[in-house]
Amino acid sequence: MTTALTPSRRQFLTGAAAIAVAFSVGTGVAEADAGDGLVRIDDTAGEADQSWLVLTEDAITVYSGKVELGTGVQTSLTQIVVEELRLRVGDVRYVQGDTLLSVSQGGTTGSKSIQNGGVQLRQAAATAYGELRRRAAAALHVDADKLSAADGVFRAKGRTVSYAALLRTGSSVLPLDAAEPVLAPRDYKVVGTSQPRVDLPGKLDATFAFLHDIVPAGTLHGRVVRPPGRNSRNPVIGNLDRAQAVEGFVDVVQHDRFIGVVAATEWAAARAAAPDTGITVTWSDGPALIPQADLPTALRDPANHYATVVEIDDGVDPLFAQADTVLAAQYFTPFQMHATMGASTAVADVRSQPDPVTGIQATIWSGTQNVTALRGAIAGLLGLKPAAVRVIYEESSGCYGHDGVDDCAADAALLSQAVGAPVRVQWRRQDEHGWEPYGGAQAHDMKGVLGKHGITAWSHLIYAPTANSRPSAGNPGTLLAGALKGLLPDPLPASSVDTSGRNAPITYDIPQHVEARLIKSFETTGPASAAPVAPLTYRIPRTTALRSLGGFSNSFANESFFDELAHAGGHDPLRLRISSLPDPRAVKVCTALLQVWDHRPRGGDGVGAGVAFHQYEVVNAYVASYAEVHIDATTGKVQVDRVVVAHDCGLVINPDGLRNQIEGNVVQGISRTLKEEVQYTGDGITSLVWQSGTPGAFYDVIRFNEVPRIETILVDRPDQPPLGAGEPTIGTIGGAIANAVFAATGIRVRELPITPDKLLGGTS
Amino acid sequence: MPTRTVRLNGKTVQADYESAGSDSSPSSEQLLYWLRNRQGQHGPRFGCGIAQCGACTVLLDGAATRSCVRQMHTVPDQADIRTLDGLTDGAEPHPLQRAFVSLQAAQCGFCVNGMVMGSLGWLESRIAAGNQAVPTEQEIKDFLSGAAPDNTRNYLCRCGTHTRIVAAIRTAAKEMLG
Ligand code: FES
Ligand code: FES
Repeated sequence: MTTALTPSRRQFLTGAAAIAVAFSVGTGVAEADAGDGLVRIDDTAGEADQSWLVLTEDAITVYSGKVELGTGVQTSLTQIVVEELRLRVGDVRYVQGDTLLSVSQGGTTGSKSIQNGGVQLRQAAATAYGELRRRAAAALHVDADKLSAADGVFRAKGRTVSYAALLRTGSSVLPLDAAEPVLAPRDYKVVGTSQPRVDLPGKLDATFAFLHDIVPAGTLHGRVVRPPGRNSRNPVIGNLDRAQAVEGFVDVVQHDRFIGVVAATEWAAARAAAPDTGITVTWSDGPALIPQADLPTALRDPANHYATVVEIDDGVDPLFAQADTVLAAQYFTPFQMHATMGASTAVADVRSQPDPVTGIQATIWSGTQNVTALRGAIAGLLGLKPAAVRVIYEESSGCYGHDGVDDCAADAALLSQAVGAPVRVQWRRQDEHGWEPYGGAQAHDMKGVLGKHGITAWSHLIYAPTANSRPSAGNPGTLLAGALKGLLPDPLPASSVDTSGRNAPITYDIPQHVEARLIKSFETTGPASAAPVAPLTYRIPRTTALRSLGGFSNSFANESFFDELAHAGGHDPLRLRISSLPDPRAVKVCTALLQVWDHRPRGGDGVGAGVAFHQYEVVNAYVASYAEVHIDATTGKVQVDRVVVAHDCGLVINPDGLRNQIEGNVVQGISRTLKEEVQYTGDGITSLVWQSGTPGAFYDVIRFNEVPRIETILVDRPDQPPLGAGEPTIGTIGGAIANAVFAATGIRVRELPITPDKLLGGTS
Repeated sequence: MPTRTVRLNGKTVQADYESAGSDSSPSSEQLLYWLRNRQGQHGPRFGCGIAQCGACTVLLDGAATRSCVRQMHTVPDQADIRTLDGLTDGAEPHPLQRAFVSLQAAQCGFCVNGMVMGSLGWLESRIAAGNQAVPTEQEIKDFLSGAAPDNTRNYLCRCGTHTRIVAAIRTAAKEMLG
């Protein structure tokens, strides 16, 4: 299908003559939109589901709602596009994450950018190539199959025509053609090679602009003043005169419990917001959260549940009933944070009137993972129509899920609206650590039965808070500022499947029962209700999507318990995994570790090794990890000395980029296994900084001299679709280390993090 | 408003800075804000504001300095300040920049300002003190962990790029000493 470009499309495309291919991410084949202009801001834009690959003489451009999140995704997507176009690595421009220019494909989440985007983008590039080839055949008067292409030129019978010349011949808007052939993997020249990241040179000479570097002319600076606790109420602002006396002071903004300060400069804003130089706020105490020390018990208490979800029931009850011995164990992981490196930052420019041409009244620059959802939520917060709000994604520091950036954008929007000027908000580190939405604490009750040849029945009961409180387009209460303003968040989710329950099921060939008890994060309208009640009163800190969601905790429990059963039955833990796995690809990543496993330290003398396996989300990438540890006999400190990861994520686009991501998963996984735990007392978070010189809570993360040697074994599957690699590995690290600690000491640590006190106090 | 004149990446620059308090307990705008907002520098970054991560590191008279806590009234007039923005010499990247790119020693890249500028100050002062040895991997790790005799400040990377960062610094050190 070829249609002339409508005028609105001409505006959208950078050149007059072009090939534009519509595709969508996450679904099958996209529909080409031959109707109205594509780029349209309206209330239902979020339902449209299209990206565009556009070739003009000057540029190859991908318009996408997907955003790069520090994982080199853009470089890999570029490799995919140029491969199908028979080009060498060159520049592909990405217009991404701007609600004015691209339509949403949902967020960049769950390490799926390549997995969902890559396959569709490849087909889009093949479609564009097919159109170029048809034009070339016509231009050179030959059959298309007589043409060869390289470096932007078609050749046949000694004659040539360039892509540029072909593009000049007219415009085509095409639907994605699923029948257009793609290159065979054996013909790949660019995919599968380690291309350097396109963004790095600019990040090393400070010419790359992060979100934090965006400061439109006339921008004021904002700081927020949070309550001391989750449930603090009735703020009373004092010492306003002191803030007003700060040179450059502009305003103090209050909406119920949302309080912020705006000033002409960062320093003035910081001073006007600080209790010793600016405003002071007194609060009345709200109810305490469930005490941190009680969490393992309280998560299991039915009074804290609103629903039960049976994820899998293979009918294991009789197997347990008939068994001579049922082995059981309980596990726990604490609240942990994303703790992004750069404190959350945003800029908002909210005008009193919409722009007469674009209709835009509020422009927001944010590091959000989902521009469309954030646009809707902020529109509601400001009392505007979504069409009047433009959200522009700008790259921030690595986020590893839903962190503080959306909430910070809402802060900036409220402050900008109040003062009628653009406002940049930068959280303090203490705002980030104290108020970002965390990864949930989870508890696990495991049961298993051993037969002669292995495990014959398996049960996993998880107790899990929500793993998704992302902004939702229709509810500003999903933003922290909205909640502080008195709005209510969305009801808690009805299911755990692939969220808090991600990787709770095992892929071993063992009958299993997987069940989740969903935790009431806040007071709800009734015992079995998931809906919040006003005033919003938290029982536990707010939780959301942190790298691999429940997968980190669930796999820690599964893989530790598998180890317990293997040892109880006298099995080699790695070989029992191999014999229990029905999928050859799963077996392959495990056998890839056999060599290192068979040369492992023998264990028992403070040095030991462990393994863990999972298939991410049960159906995606396969990962097996080996960890070697030693434990300092005096201090009880665990040092990980070596990690080997065997990884199969299908077709490997960029091996070095993939290794970089796996290494990052390993390091963050070690940190979460050995160190990280959100601390709180009453309803106030106390782990507000990275380290503490004086005694006091802090959020401890791994240091350079605690990082081990990391080796990666990539199982390349050129004939298989590429699978996401941003999250699969992290879930194997907790189990591998805990199993190594057991091998080294005989102590089974079932609660993370594995801190020295647990080993010094433990018994083997 | 008081004014400060410094050498920034080899050029003399001048700008006001905010200050408050009394002569006996003065306080003033942090060097980080002054560099970013008044001098257009983008290399030093706000990570924590409490000297715990290294993202804001600049060289102040040769010493790695956490600019997020350094107040302007304590920065001497005529001080020599170097930032990542000025590290490229003409068109020629510094060995540290080259090594970080060639070893792909970043994920999000937000932290690398700290590792590059911090290790630059460290390596240059070792060399100035007559130490011509290429630091070992362990020495580099201890330096970045704030566990070295000559550095107690920790550098953070939340993305987990540690092994590549250490390798890049060692590669660059070899070149700087070669
Ligand atoms: S921002 Fe200065 S050390 Fe973190
Ligand atoms: S690369 Fe992201 S914090 Fe270091």
